[in-house]
Order: sequence, then C-alpha cells, then structure tokens
Amino acid sequence: MAQPQDLLFSKDHEWVRVDGGSATIGITDYAQNALGDIVYVELPKVGTTIEQFGNLGVIESVKAVSDLFTPMSGEVVEINGALESDPAAVNREPYGAGWLLKVRLSKPDETKSLLSPAEYEKIAVE
Amino acid sequence: MRRTALYDEHVEAGGRIVPFGGFEMPVQYAGILKEHDAVRHRAGLFDLSHMGQFWLTGEMVAPWADTLTINAVGTMKPQQARYNIFCNEDGGAHDDTIFYRLESGWLLVVNAANADKMWKLLNERRPPHGVDLENRHGRRALIAIQGPRSAEMLQPHVDVDLAAMRYYFCAEGRVEGVPAVLARTGYTGEDGFELFLDGTDASMIWNALLRAHRSEGLEPCGLGARDVLRLEAGMPLYGHELTETITPIQAGLKWALKLEKPEFVGKAALEEQLALDRYSRIVGLVMEGRAPAREGYPVWFDGRITGSVRSGSIAPSVENKNIATALVAPEAAALGTALEVEIRGKKHAATLVGLPFYKRPK
Repeated sequence: MAQPQDLLFSKDHEWVRVDGGSATIGITDYAQNALGDIVYVELPKVGTTIEQFGNLGVIESVKAVSDLFTPMSGEVVEINGALESDPAAVNREPYGAGWLLKVRLSKPDETKSLLSPAEYEKIAVE
Repeated sequence: MRRTALYDEHVEAGGRIVPFGGFEMPVQYAGILKEHDAVRHRAGLFDLSHMGQFWLTGEMVAPWADTLTINAVGTMKPQQARYNIFCNEDGGAHDDTIFYRLESGWLLVVNAANADKMWKLLNERRPPHGVDLENRHGRRALIAIQGPRSAEMLQPHVDVDLAAMRYYFCAEGRVEGVPAVLARTGYTGEDGFELFLDGTDASMIWNALLRAHRSEGLEPCGLGARDVLRLEAGMPLYGHELTETITPIQAGLKWALKLEKPEFVGKAALEEQLALDRYSRIVGLVMEGRAPAREGYPVWFDGRITGSVRSGSIAPSVENKNIATALVAPEAAALGTALEVEIRGKKHAATLVGLPFYKRPK
C-alpha cells in the first residue's frame, strides 16, 4: 500500500495527519502488517498530556504486546472508541477507520522532526 | 539455526519465519486468525518437522521405556499411539511425548526444544542389550493436516483406509506413493492426521496436498495458529504448562499417570504430591475484559498474588474472549473462583473455568 501523501510519519511507524492546531494519529500499514492480527489497543484517557516520541500505550497482536509512541506532543482530545470492539480495523484501514487518537497539539513545529511520505517509504521497505 | 525440508515452501508462500526450537519456522502465513479458522472449519496444513523423531527397536524397548515414563508403554498394541511424559526424580517433566507403536519398532516424538536433552537422556539410560536408538531429528519430516475435513482431503493421496483408523492409532502406508507413517493424532483439538516421512519427500507431499485442496479451504498454517488451537483445546505446551518443575499432576495430566506400574522415574515424588494434595496447579482463566493475559502476568486472589499466567491468547473458538492458563495455589483453584490478572499494573477480572476451553462438536 502506498503511503497517503497528506500524512507525516515517525521512525516508530506512526502517522499523523495535522489539521490546524490538532492532529489525528495512527500506525502505518507497514506496522499493522508486521504486527499481524491486532486484538487489543490500550490508549491514554482523554485529557492526558503526551510528549513527542513518548509512550502512548500498547497495541497487541495475537502473539505479542508492542509499545505505541506518539509522533507529536499535545493533549488527547479523542480516542477511537470503535477499536474496543473492533481492533482489527487497524489491520483493515490503518489510515482510515483504524486511527488511534486525536491530539490538540502543544508544539505544532514538531512536524519538522517527522518524515515525509517519501522518506518514510525508505524506512518501511527495509 | 536449522531449517526443515519445507523451508523454501514456507518462504515462497509468504510465511513469516521465526526461530523456534533451534529451527527457522513459519509463525504465520496469511494470518493467525485466518489459519485458526481454517483448522476449526475446514483444514490446515502444518510443517512440524522441527519436532524430534527417534526410532526405537529391540525386545527391551517397552519394559525399559516403562521405567522412564509415567504412562504405560508395555500395554500398547501395534498401530497404537499414546501420550506419555518423561519425568525427573522430583516428578517434574523432562518432556511430553507421543509413542507410536509400529510393527517393526517404536517412533518416539519429542518436543523440538527438548530433542537434544531427550536424546542424551535416552542414551545415558539405555540398557546394555535389547534397545537400539536412532536419531532421525531433522532428517525425517512431519506434516500434519488438521481440521474437520482433513480425512476427506487426505484420503485420495494415501493407501490406508482413514475411516477405519481410530483416534490415537497409526499405520505404515504410502502417501503419494512414498512410504510414511500415518497417525490420527494432533495438537489442535480437531480431527486430523500426522504424516511422518523422509525429508526428501516432504516438498512433494506438501505441494500435492495444497495444490489439490487449497480451493476447498486447506490453508498452510504456522506455529502461531497452532499455539492458539492447542491452548483452546486445553493441551499443555512444554515450557509453559509443563516444565522440569511443573509436574504432570500439577498440569492436570493425572489421567496419563499409571501409578500401578511397579517403578518409574519420579513415581515416589508424584505419589507424595498426590497424597499431600497441597500443590499449585494449572487452571483455565477466562478474562472478562478485552485485555489479553500474557505469560508471566501475576494472578491475584483474595488480595494476594496466588500465581502467574503460563499461556494466554485471544480465543476465536471461545466467543472471542481472552483465555489463559495459570499456575495458582490450591485454595485459588476451585471452578468458578473470581481471580484477577495484573496487566501493566492494573488488575483485570477473570473467572476460573474447567479445561479444555474448547471441545470439538461430535
């Protein structure tokens, strides 16, 4: 799957879609494929402050628990509640229905330390 | 790291390769849940060639093996297969195995990770006469076809009447014209067969079965699906529910323990453990929430840690709930007990249930 061109990426295989002062965060298609069948996602509560590249929660496949990292700092304003009953949405639509959470950005210029779709493409094929 | 005769087939089919028991093995192909579904409803094909295969011959095999194992070997009839466990003097398990009695000898199948240990043990304990041992580990292949449709899919390829072969029986025959031992055994909780054959024939048979039955739903399956299937079926995995310090009694395998045998390694310790009845034991847990219980997580009862999780997984055949086995203290082991599993510092409710979690429909 080609990376959507309107996103930025972290080396930890998360994506972010910046929209004014807030952003939507998820994991990449490469990441969901590497993880396999996703069965559980544990995210911080709404109102939690998160720091760029800090721990964001866990995502679990049938076999393994993996840490999630946030690509940008801010305050959690919404989490994707549909993942509670349908975590496999992350496998099916990692850039759509499988989004993880929305953040009100505290440091919008952190986008400078993220990767463009072309830059991420190079990491994700390794 | 070693490779089985089917390694190239796994890579070509997109299998994700991981180290397991000293071998590079496929953990999944299309996905663990899809493969699990194939085995429960149609059939799945597994490469289990990493498992140890020893060939035992001589007139002393049965009486000698009876002194090293907890189940009966000497009472096995030709073409019978039997689950058995080798214990240490303290009653802990060296390995859990299956003996297959054939006309010309005995096939002993051991866990991959224990194959070197078991080969050494058998040679050290071998009597001076009447037992010959041959290590076929890595040279012989093992292909399993498991699932409700496995008999009808396999039948056209073999010269043995599969309908007449009962569960835990075996026969020497031919698959696609080449010699093999066929057994109605498995590790999935479904009907199925295991084919023991020469490594040089493995690719031909693997591809013949897939080519003929893929369109009917036969899926190549990895060790990931196998682990979920066996856990749902309540079958122990060595290193988890059974170890050098977890005895067969603790693991709930008393049915395999034949205390009427005059003498065998570990008998005194196991008799004492049973008599005292104070041992921690393997139980089944069903989690109430969505968070999976994983190996090593602490299990709480009545405000105290009572044990820990030994295996855990989401269970598609148990209403998609999270299930686990745990080793817990006897006072926390009654059916229906409310326990808690600590996951990342937070306690999650679980209920103690009987094993197996899943039984196939008759």
